Amino acid sequence: MPHITRRSLAAATAVLLGATALTACGSSDSGDEGGAASGPVSLTYWAWAPGMDKVAALWNAEHPDIQVTVQKQASGDDLVTKIITATKAHKGPDLVQAEYQALPTLVSNDALADIAPEVQGAKDKFAPGIWQQTTFGGEAVYALPQDSGPLMFFYREDLFKQYGLTVPTTWDEFAETARALKKKAPKKALTTFSANDAGLFAGLSQQAGAKWWTFEGDTWKVGIEDAATKKVTDFWGGLVAEGAVDNQPMYTPAWNKALNTGEQLAWVSAVWAPGTLTTAAPDTKGKWAMAPLPQWNKGETATGSWGGSSTAVTTDSKHKAAAAKFATWLNTDPKALEALVKESGIYPAATAAQTSGALAQAPAFFPNQADFYTRAAEIAKTTAPAAWGPNVNVAYTSFKDEFGKAAKAKSGFDAALAKVQTTTVADLSKQGFEVAK
Amino acid sequence: MTQPPKGARRSYGVKAAPYGFLLPAGVLFVLFFALPIGYALWLSFHKVQIKGLGLGKGAKTEVWAGLENYTSALTDSELLGSALRVLGYGAIVVPVMLGLALFFALLLDSERVRARSFARLAIFLPYAVPGVIAAVLWGFLYLPDVSPFLFLLDKFGLPQPDLMDGGPLYLAMSNIAVWGGTGFNMIVIYTALRSLPAEVYEAAKLDGCSELQIALRIKIPMVVPSLVLTFFFSIIATLQVFNEPMTLKPLTNGIPSTWSPLMKVYSDAFTGGNIYAASATAVVLALATFALSFALLRISNRRTTQGATR
Repeated sequence: MPHITRRSLAAATAVLLGATALTACGSSDSGDEGGAASGPVSLTYWAWAPGMDKVAALWNAEHPDIQVTVQKQASGDDLVTKIITATKAHKGPDLVQAEYQALPTLVSNDALADIAPEVQGAKDKFAPGIWQQTTFGGEAVYALPQDSGPLMFFYREDLFKQYGLTVPTTWDEFAETARALKKKAPKKALTTFSANDAGLFAGLSQQAGAKWWTFEGDTWKVGIEDAATKKVTDFWGGLVAEGAVDNQPMYTPAWNKALNTGEQLAWVSAVWAPGTLTTAAPDTKGKWAMAPLPQWNKGETATGSWGGSSTAVTTDSKHKAAAAKFATWLNTDPKALEALVKESGIYPAATAAQTSGALAQAPAFFPNQADFYTRAAEIAKTTAPAAWGPNVNVAYTSFKDEFGKAAKAKSGFDAALAKVQTTTVADLSKQGFEVAK
Repeated sequence: MTQPPKGARRSYGVKAAPYGFLLPAGVLFVLFFALPIGYALWLSFHKVQIKGLGLGKGAKTEVWAGLENYTSALTDSELLGSALRVLGYGAIVVPVMLGLALFFALLLDSERVRARSFARLAIFLPYAVPGVIAAVLWGFLYLPDVSPFLFLLDKFGLPQPDLMDGGPLYLAMSNIAVWGGTGFNMIVIYTALRSLPAEVYEAAKLDGCSELQIALRIKIPMVVPSLVLTFFFSIIATLQVFNEPMTLKPLTNGIPSTWSPLMKVYSDAFTGGNIYAASATAVVLALATFALSFALLRISNRRTTQGATR
């Protein structure tokens, strides 16, 4: 991406409040590294990964001069909103956990600092496809990859046996399995199509080959309504319309209960699912199993990713070097990665860690699947590339509204998808971006 | 301490004194009211212009937008939709809440009431629960799979309405507002009732008035100003509803991100990152609230004046 490089992402734009007199209070310029020498530096870190505080405690014990406080946050684009807002007020934390798809948005809002000089040598520790998402292909480095979230199929091994279901390898088989279950147990559902997290839908579309944001020259192109995504919407819209899968959102107390009591037998999710299941469905430990994501055509091996996140240093941080040091330790140090795997159930992005001893053991919630991470590493290799743009959160919000409505009405998702596309394009051009029509 | 010479100095001091007293309030008003509003107005007439892909340094510049943000706000079907939803919500909340508040206030004020202070506190207590907490609390009570209400309905074989969707959603949302707001309005009306002179009741009783008649013919007409006040507060609170739908939103497919006008402003500003459009919408909303309040105040003033001259 030579164009971006030339325009130097090094110092991103001062937006919105930037030009006004009101910001006179407390604007923090980059470059003041004061305090690093005198007394311990304290850093705040906004993250949502469970157990992150315990990993930070390891660091704190070894580094009395740099103390990190983890402030637990909501996941997903709620946090993006919060970071952008905090940046506008110049009250951002020092470090943030940010999903890859949020990085262009955060960079265009001048929320993330370029830490290229501080993290020299980190590049080789990650797969090129993942590293590219934190640099957009340029010289600047806006974050260090933490985890990747390849999509997989999680199912209740015991209940599949009980109802005589086989693990689907294609989406057609997946639909058949959902229907077969409905016939045998009308009160249960294979899974739910949730409209409250667009990340899963993005990953599923990515598997089908969708590229939502691309650019040519100075012009963005939005491909949310492309053929690949349409295939995915038709599939899920059909399943919801015929009642083969549930239509209620995820991450509600009701959803937790459905998973915990076996009302829902499966969850299309990412490699981090064991962590979520531990809190959402505590009574089902050892009853789940993981399989590769169903494919569109038999024999293919492709998956998308859902989330996967990075650790970024904000432009508000007064201790950029210290923050970058912590971020590097967190995402490349074997001890830190082992703790992240153990405490947070994350799947490390660092290549060495994926085959290291840290992942020799299956997640505690999956004691029955000893080769969990061996299989995960195989699946992770097949992740299709991702393409993100500067208004992912607008598209995601529109997705939640439109698909929420459509899932409720069980009326198919075509109109909803068209609306997400037009909303995203309209927002880009309203914000002043050049968009191909 | 030397006395200042009489005459010019003193009269000057007397003249300046009121301005001196006004100064603290004036400064606060300008700093925390006029200035932010002015800034919002300023923002609402601007927009961002982007060069290239919008990622590089200096790619975003602020330019004059004229009325562009206003025209797009006023022609926005989502804003209109949210306004209509909130009007529907208000049509349930305001009468029910004020009706209950008046009813409870009259009950507490009646002579035969027992455990008055306990009852007053019990009715008022929900007002002390923050709106977000109340919404979470009620949200969990509404959610189909964890709701005790729906559990009971299911046990008795009755149909279980989805309280987080469609028509029932308005009732569910209104219920939260009524539960939280009745206590406050009740206190306002009750206080007005307590300040009425006792002679009026005595005279009414001598004339053979029953408690009910006293309530209907004497108490209610005499607390009309308080009713107007609570009505006024309720309308404003309704137009500004935000906490409850925002908190319930993740629990259901039935609440879009622009359910109420303020949610639309929030979504423009923080999700869309378009603080300019959000400012324009906020100004439109403020003007509408102002116009509505002013109209209602005019009507009620006319009523009260008529009442006084009668």
